[in-house]
Amino acid sequence: MTGDPKQLSCAEFQAQLPELIGAGGDPSTHPHLQHCPLCRALLSDLETIAEAARKLFPSVEPPDELWEQIESAIKREEEQEIHSR
Amino acid sequence: MNDSSSPEARRCESADSADPPAAFSASRPAVARPISADSDLVISAQAGDHYAFAQLYALHKRRIYSLCLRMVGRVAEAEDLTQEVFLHLHRKITSFRGDSAFSTWLHRLAINVVLMRLRKKTLSLVSLDEVMAPTADDSPGRSFGAADPALAGAIDRLALQRAISELPPGYRLIFILHDVEGFEHNEIASILDCTIGNSKSQLHKARLKLRDALRTDKRQEGRS
Ligand SMILES: [Zn+2]
Repeated sequence: MTGDPKQLSCAEFQAQLPELIGAGGDPSTHPHLQHCPLCRALLSDLETIAEAARKLFPSVEPPDELWEQIESAIKREEEQEIHSR
Repeated sequence: MNDSSSPEARRCESADSADPPAAFSASRPAVARPISADSDLVISAQAGDHYAFAQLYALHKRRIYSLCLRMVGRVAEAEDLTQEVFLHLHRKITSFRGDSAFSTWLHRLAINVVLMRLRKKTLSLVSLDEVMAPTADDSPGRSFGAADPALAGAIDRLALQRAISELPPGYRLIFILHDVEGFEHNEIASILDCTIGNSKSQLHKARLKLRDALRTDKRQEGRS
C-alpha cells in the first residue's frame, strides 16, 4: 500500500474502487477524489447508472393464469411418472 | 393486482412489498422474511402437500418472475422461464436440506434455469463457474482521457436498457442482483457460490462496461 492516499495514481485508485464502493461507506470522500476530476466523474457516472437501473426495472407480478399453467404442467409430469412406473 | 381479496394475493403483498432502495450501494435485505413461514410450507410441500406448494409459489412468484424478466427482457419468455423454475422446484424440493435460507436456494435454482436457457440461446457456455471466473480481457474503463465525455447525470432509458441487455450474461446477472434487486454482496456470494471480493469486483466490471457502452453512445450522438 502507498503511504499517502493522495499520491495514488488513477489506476491504483480505480483498483481499490470496488472495495470502497462495496464496503457500504461513502467513497466520494476519498482523498484521491479531492484532486482528480476524472475519477470523480467516474464515480458519479457509476452512481448514476446504478440509480437509473433501479428505476428501469420495477418489480412486477406474473399474470394470474401462469399458476394454472404451472399446475397443469405439474399434473402432467406426475401422471407421466405414474405411467412410467 | 386486481384480486386483492384472495388470501394468496394478500400474502404475497406482505412478503414482497416495496422495490429496492434509492441510495448507491445501500441495500435492503432482499431475502428477509419470517423464516418459519417458509420452512413450514417447505416441509409440507416436501411431503407432497399441493396447497403448500401453491403457497410457496404465491410467496415467491413476484421475485422470481421479476428476476426472469430482468434477465431476458421479454414477457412471454419470462413467463415461460418462471414456469420452468417452479416445475424444477417441484421436482427438486425434496433435495432442499435447509443449509441456506429457502429463498436463497430458490434464487440459485432460478438463476441456473435462466443461465441454462441463455446458454441454449447463445450457443455459448454460460455456467455459474464461468460467470464468476475472472477473465483476462476484463479490464473495461481502466484508462480514459478527457476526450471521453462523462455521463454527467444524464442517462437515456432506452440506451441503458440496451446496454444492460448487451452485457455478457454473467455481468448482467450480478448487476441485476445487486443494483436492481438490492442483494448484498454476502448474499450474492452465497447464491452464486463465489467469494464476496469476487462479487464486488465482477459488479464493478459490469458497471464499468455499462458506462463504456453509454459513453460510446454519447460520443456517436455528438458526431452525428
Ligand atoms: Zn484519478
